[in-house]
Amino acid sequence: MNRKMVFRTVGMIVLLEAALLLLPLVTSLIYGEAKSALAFLETIGIAVVFGGALCLFCKTEKTTIYAKEGFVVTALTWILLSLIGALPFVFSGDIPSYIDAVFETASGFSTTGATILDDPAVCSHGILFWRSFTHWLGGMGVLVLMVAILPAGNEGRPIHILRAEMPGPTMGKLVPKLKDTAKILYVLYLALTGIEVVFLLCGGMSLFEALTLSFGTAGTGGLALRADSIAFYSSYVQWTITVFMFLFGVNFNLYYLILIGKAKQIFKNEELWTYTGIVVAAALMIAVNVRDTFATFGEAIRAGFFQTVAFITTTGYSTAPFDSWPVFSKTILFTLMFIGGCAGSTGGGLKVARILLMFKTAKRDLTKMLHPRSVPVVRMDGRIVEEDTVRNLGSYLMIYFIFFLFFTFVLSFEKDFNLLENITAVSACLNNIGPGFGKVSSTCAGYSDVSKCFLSLAMLLGRLEIYPILFCFVPSTWSKK
Amino acid sequence: MKIIIAGCGKIGSTILASLVAEGHEVVAIDTDPDVISEMNNIYDVMGAVGNCADSDVLKEAGIETTSLFVAVTGSDELNMLSCFLARRMGAHHTIARIRKPEYNDDSLDLLKKELHLSMAINPDLMTAKQLYNLLKFPSAVKIETFSDQAFELVEIKLKADSALDGMKLSEMRGKYQAKVLICVVQRGDEVFIPDGNFVLKSGDRVGISAAPAEITKFLRDLGVLQKKAKNVMILGGSRIAYYLATHLTGAGNTVKIIERDPEIAKDLAELLPKARVILGDGARQELLMEEGLPDSDAFVALTGMDEENVLMSIFASSQNVPTVISKINRPEMAALAERLNVDTVVSPRRYTAEALLRYARAVHNSMGSKVETLYQILDGSAEALEFTVTNDPKLVNIPLKDLKLKPNLLIAGILRDRRPIIPGGADMMLPDDRVVVVSAGQKLSDLSDILR
Repeated sequence: MNRKMVFRTVGMIVLLEAALLLLPLVTSLIYGEAKSALAFLETIGIAVVFGGALCLFCKTEKTTIYAKEGFVVTALTWILLSLIGALPFVFSGDIPSYIDAVFETASGFSTTGATILDDPAVCSHGILFWRSFTHWLGGMGVLVLMVAILPAGNEGRPIHILRAEMPGPTMGKLVPKLKDTAKILYVLYLALTGIEVVFLLCGGMSLFEALTLSFGTAGTGGLALRADSIAFYSSYVQWTITVFMFLFGVNFNLYYLILIGKAKQIFKNEELWTYTGIVVAAALMIAVNVRDTFATFGEAIRAGFFQTVAFITTTGYSTAPFDSWPVFSKTILFTLMFIGGCAGSTGGGLKVARILLMFKTAKRDLTKMLHPRSVPVVRMDGRIVEEDTVRNLGSYLMIYFIFFLFFTFVLSFEKDFNLLENITAVSACLNNIGPGFGKVSSTCAGYSDVSKCFLSLAMLLGRLEIYPILFCFVPSTWSKK
Repeated sequence: MKIIIAGCGKIGSTILASLVAEGHEVVAIDTDPDVISEMNNIYDVMGAVGNCADSDVLKEAGIETTSLFVAVTGSDELNMLSCFLARRMGAHHTIARIRKPEYNDDSLDLLKKELHLSMAINPDLMTAKQLYNLLKFPSAVKIETFSDQAFELVEIKLKADSALDGMKLSEMRGKYQAKVLICVVQRGDEVFIPDGNFVLKSGDRVGISAAPAEITKFLRDLGVLQKKAKNVMILGGSRIAYYLATHLTGAGNTVKIIERDPEIAKDLAELLPKARVILGDGARQELLMEEGLPDSDAFVALTGMDEENVLMSIFASSQNVPTVISKINRPEMAALAERLNVDTVVSPRRYTAEALLRYARAVHNSMGSKVETLYQILDGSAEALEFTVTNDPKLVNIPLKDLKLKPNLLIAGILRDRRPIIPGGADMMLPDDRVVVVSAGQKLSDLSDILR
């Protein structure tokens, strides 16, 4: 493996993080928060020295990145980003424990939205801004940002990095050049976020609140500014956030198709319609199921849609005490956790495309049993899905559930949590949702430090779809043989 | 500029690599999904899997917005058909590879016109022409001609006992009468655009530009001029061999072709009444000796196997055949062959890529002073380009010494009314002149690019 190139790329990302930390620094300065401003300055200093050293000492002629290097770069990047991004929380004193801070940052970058803070309002504005900003960065991906803004070398083959970072069963380029693809994605992302900010401002929100909540929505993260998440805000704000959570859970390629005037193709996209269908059906079922707990049926509908969209896109905002809802509604929400958003969106989970493909493969195999001589093929959006993709899906699901069980076992040593709470906590982290049920429906503060470390890892595993981190910890990846 | 390449075989992938390196947006089409995913992994391109003459596949590749469509699949007919479709569906320019001799006669013009092809490329024919030039002028490693052969750029390798070893370029001009310009030198892996203080060494590969007669005179003075090859032995009866033999026999030379496949040998014998076709295994040294290899003026190895070509060329050199040329397709093999002292190497792939790059740059820059000719010299590390001068006040009527040129760049020649001028500092460009620019390490697409 080309270690020098791996470390050099990681160094560049750390420098990029230092540059991005300037935004929360400015926020701190605007609000006159000297302590957090100093914390950001110190972190920037550390990141510049560390990243600069990596870049300086790891110079190499061989700049080619193969699949292996792509996975390792992605894994190391995300782990380091979380470790460094946690420093401001500690330096400012808002989250004194480093492990708690790492949990919070990993939750931010992986767009999970699980928190260890009982009431985020105690934090300074700069820190809250950074917390939400990590959602925005993690949503589309930091490496995608790097490809979009840094000058491209012809030889680097960054496609392997993007493939490792972008969620979904397959990665398709929008335009021939990777750099242009990354730029288009970020411009769309920025534009959509900007529109949400404007809508929220119209709802009478302050710019700070509008920005941070939009970051949380855009990355489908879910870290909010209040202990009761979004419940405090008006119904206009809640509907706006519902709509935008839904939009950010859609494959971004579709927005590009609209932009270049090929809107017709969207109607052929099976994933989008499945996603919409699931959302509408789940929301209506929940609304009917919980109508007694609300004053009017309209409110039940609003809560049903909000909570459905928040769970399926893996955002994890909440407007109602869903933990006290009937078991039927909770079961629906629990199922939605696994489905997740569309491939190529900022959402987590297994992705609708995978679920769809899974059903189609199952149908094909059943057909084969009834008609042993038939030659069935799996089609998606009218195209034949390649056998490799189908096979990869099978092994991904298996590895996914092995990890699910592994983390549940790790948590089983906790004294204060029951099995349901542990399972939902693992599901919330591995699927990047945030809240679980029971004690973990608002905060994960009760877990021990060891469990928090594993949950942080689960969040990153979930965001990167397991493989990069898995390969990073396999010794044969690093050996020279 | 958006370019679609249909067919990612040997030629297709070479073209793809050079077009991506020039910064174009490239979409590759191939029927094999594995090939497409390989292209996707290595180069920054987008892929489409399917038949390139299928309108759905073309649409998926984005044919409506494509400036240049290049069809280089293995089948001439498919290439023509897909170009025709591509053109109808919105591609501005189409280029098809048409290799079969039966299409490359009078019918080619008709085909080009009726299918609206911008260009038909025939790598075999291009290679054969290059080989023919080399055999006419065997001292050179490579010859490129500009403006219908009014001006040439010849690459030669300085042998160990060369008279130029240790000579300063400024001294050279006084010593030799011929009006030539040494415009580019390759030493090891480095490429220099030399000035007057540059000292030549043996082992250098140098590019010399001048009118053909002057170059002949210069090489004669140097004592390295060899006479034309009259008696040529060709190994392998490929299409290139056919085209080359047609050219050579047409000019009254004797040609022997050795081919091991009876069918091909018979076809060749029918098509080439003036050449002698020998049926036999060309890798057998005895056969070559029997057929008079030591008495040949030149030996050209054109089999489909790079390795066989290199080995048999080494054998031919050992038999003191004055000129030995081998066809090598894979660039990494060419470097190895050079180390084994196989000096003259031709590569159909590279000629095709050159022709396409030239066309792509001309399309890309159709407003300014177009690239008329483009050659990659010294294994692609430098380029020689020919431009027509437009009436650009920043360029014309200014003595060359007053122009602020980019580094690593040289104006190697000016052609005025078809008369070549080897330019000095006092010469200037005039509108409608043609100029030949040699540059290392930069891609020019317009004459104004030479200025800082």
